[in-house]
Amino acid sequence: MRSNDDFLSKKIVYGPEGDEIEVDPIRDYYCDAVPQVSKEYKRAYPGIIDRFKNWARSESIWILAYGSGCGAIEMRPLMTPKYDAYQYGIQWRPTPRQANLLMVSGYLSLKTLRIVIRAYEQMPSPKYVMGLGSCTINGGMYYDSYNTINRLDYYLPVDVYVAGCMPRPESLLDGLELLKKLIREGQGLGADIYAEKFEWYKANQKKILKSWNMPDYSW
Amino acid sequence: MISLKQDRSKFPVRGDDGQLIIDRESGQFSELFLGPVHPGMTGNMSLEMLIQGDEIMKAKTHVGYLHRGFEKLMERRRFIQCFPICVRIAVPEPDFNEYLLAATIEELAGIEVPDAAQWMRTLLLEMSRLQSYLAWIGGQGSSFGLGLIGQWTIWARDLVLDRFEEITGGRIYHMHMPPGGVRSLLPDGFRGRMRETLDTIEQVMKDVDKALFQNSVYKTRSIGLGYIDPSMVDRWGITGPNARGAGVARDVRKDYPYLKYPELDFEVAVGKDSDAYTRADVRRRDLLTTVDLIRQILERIPDSGEFMAKVPNVLHWKIPRGETYKRAECTRGEYGYYTVTDGSGYPRRINVRGPSYTHAVTLLEKMIVNVNLADAAGLMSSLHTYPPEIER
Amino acid sequence: MQQILDALKQSVMIEDVRTQRDDLIFITVSETQAVSAITHLRDRANFTHLVILTAVDWLEDGLFQLTYLLNNPVEKTDIGVRVMIDREKARMESIHHLWPAAATYQRELREMFGISFPGSPRVNETFILDEGWDGPPPYRRDFDTLKYSEETYFPRPGRSTNDPAEYMKSMLYPEVDND
Repeated sequence: MRSNDDFLSKKIVYGPEGDEIEVDPIRDYYCDAVPQVSKEYKRAYPGIIDRFKNWARSESIWILAYGSGCGAIEMRPLMTPKYDAYQYGIQWRPTPRQANLLMVSGYLSLKTLRIVIRAYEQMPSPKYVMGLGSCTINGGMYYDSYNTINRLDYYLPVDVYVAGCMPRPESLLDGLELLKKLIREGQGLGADIYAEKFEWYKANQKKILKSWNMPDYSW
Repeated sequence: MISLKQDRSKFPVRGDDGQLIIDRESGQFSELFLGPVHPGMTGNMSLEMLIQGDEIMKAKTHVGYLHRGFEKLMERRRFIQCFPICVRIAVPEPDFNEYLLAATIEELAGIEVPDAAQWMRTLLLEMSRLQSYLAWIGGQGSSFGLGLIGQWTIWARDLVLDRFEEITGGRIYHMHMPPGGVRSLLPDGFRGRMRETLDTIEQVMKDVDKALFQNSVYKTRSIGLGYIDPSMVDRWGITGPNARGAGVARDVRKDYPYLKYPELDFEVAVGKDSDAYTRADVRRRDLLTTVDLIRQILERIPDSGEFMAKVPNVLHWKIPRGETYKRAECTRGEYGYYTVTDGSGYPRRINVRGPSYTHAVTLLEKMIVNVNLADAAGLMSSLHTYPPEIER
Repeated sequence: MQQILDALKQSVMIEDVRTQRDDLIFITVSETQAVSAITHLRDRANFTHLVILTAVDWLEDGLFQLTYLLNNPVEKTDIGVRVMIDREKARMESIHHLWPAAATYQRELREMFGISFPGSPRVNETFILDEGWDGPPPYRRDFDTLKYSEETYFPRPGRSTNDPAEYMKSMLYPEVDND
């Protein structure tokens, strides 16, 4: 059902009083604006307000609760009292609209890459991406698989990599600590890098996802 | 008195031939895609559903979000190089993959595993089942909205993972069972620490029993949900606690004994009404049986002895031509490995049969008809499906 | 077991019998008689549980081997029915009317090997692979997955191969020049 063309083709819908409305789903249901860089991007010197904003962002990282690969099994113990990520202000949210960190927990197969791109684009700026495990760095042990990607940073702008297979929960907390340090220094600029090099990221994504039945930018 | 069974006999509206009348223009039916990011899904699977109001009429399962082509990758690697990769097929219980791959290779190459190694393998498999059942109870509670149960059981599971780390060096993936035996026996003082962990787990299970199994919300929602008829077990390929909840007593540890199970004393938990509540109860009793089995093994496992048989140089190992199938009982059902060798140093074909292969695709699509939308997550979790072993 | 095979031999020609363990036997039947052999085993010999349906690619002989593994839950024995089919025109009769669960196995075989099972429900939909997959069926032995991965997905430079046999050879016999 999902990949049929009649979902995305033009059709005629009837309003409540019987009037005809012509609808073109790609144009009308989705916005075709491309992402813009924010005004704070590449500011020469962060002022007091920016430093305060960056400190507040670093102390309340909300993660999208999506375990897209093997690494999800070591994300779950972080929510329990033994490792307790909640004491650092980190929460897990079910929807991308309320999240600002996307943890790509391991390898990404092609179908999951579609989901992850749409989830990343639906997150509000400023947003960060953390790659968990060696599979995001260079393909890991699935380097010769025909269905998994080899480098995550060609498709999404990554801020922190945590190596391991799987990394222990303590290494995850270490990686989150590094991410907080980066945000406080003003280096958490993934969303603006994505907006700046949008053409390049999209070309890479479209090269491997051959049947592109999604809008170019899921707002 | 509140009736615990739900009467849905007049819905949905059917025509004269018994088929559903689906009228898309009437506005009564809508399509919903329950995708992999949804917190109610067990693992990375998605359901494309047609719902009428609050009830699901039809569903299609979409899998493939975790496909890595394991069987193709294993053909490119030598036998000993297949071990690190085969554990990643079923992430909650990786030890079954190691044991079954080692067992099929040993059977084809004609290697006998020494006694102490067989005790060690039994201990590792039982500990793996224990931590998988604990994670499942957490997932089952969360699917019905009771998130606190997950916090208790996953904390308890961490204690078992610490014990694993003492023996093997890794929390999740152990790589402790190469073909020919195991890598080492028990460290010093292990028995005392393991018995403390088992006592803690029994305490946690008492709390879980009160909070989950005697919870009136859980009972109302899960009794009557997902009924499996005993005659469906053979036709739809159902194994494990799903079949035992329906009254069909099948357990690979009793029917096709392997390792040291013939010398251990345990009973198989069987349920009568096969709904979600009974299956959860069967799994709870299985968990307590596993705790008891570990206590028995700890008393009888030898402290020293030969634990590795003589195998030829594993890098140049050529196994004679043949094929075989071996099975083991994991928490979800019957796990099997079908191995074909052709006399060269690389395996010809290794096919992994995960129990969720039959549960999650054809069985789920049949059982989810007429289920309330809010209970769909609970139904999926009560079948204990886990997508990586469907698409490997 | 022997009387089951004798009863089966009366209606079906069995080409080859191999005993792997006490409770596991592999028999080979021809393509046209396979479904009737399986039906006989299910209805008259009580092998009511279908465990697995797989395929093995014998590229050198130009054949696919389909293995139907059946299980008798009362006697606790297994029997594996092997069928060799041609690799170019790979098709086989579907058995989804015997076991509804077989439809899933047949979907996967159609997608991964290219064996067609006409009549099986939903067999031509994409199941495991991505919907934009336009290459050959990936589990066939003539599909080189390393080459495909290097060309399509951008590999990070710096990875060298670590085949242990080659390394040992170069350590033990450094003076031998092997191409």
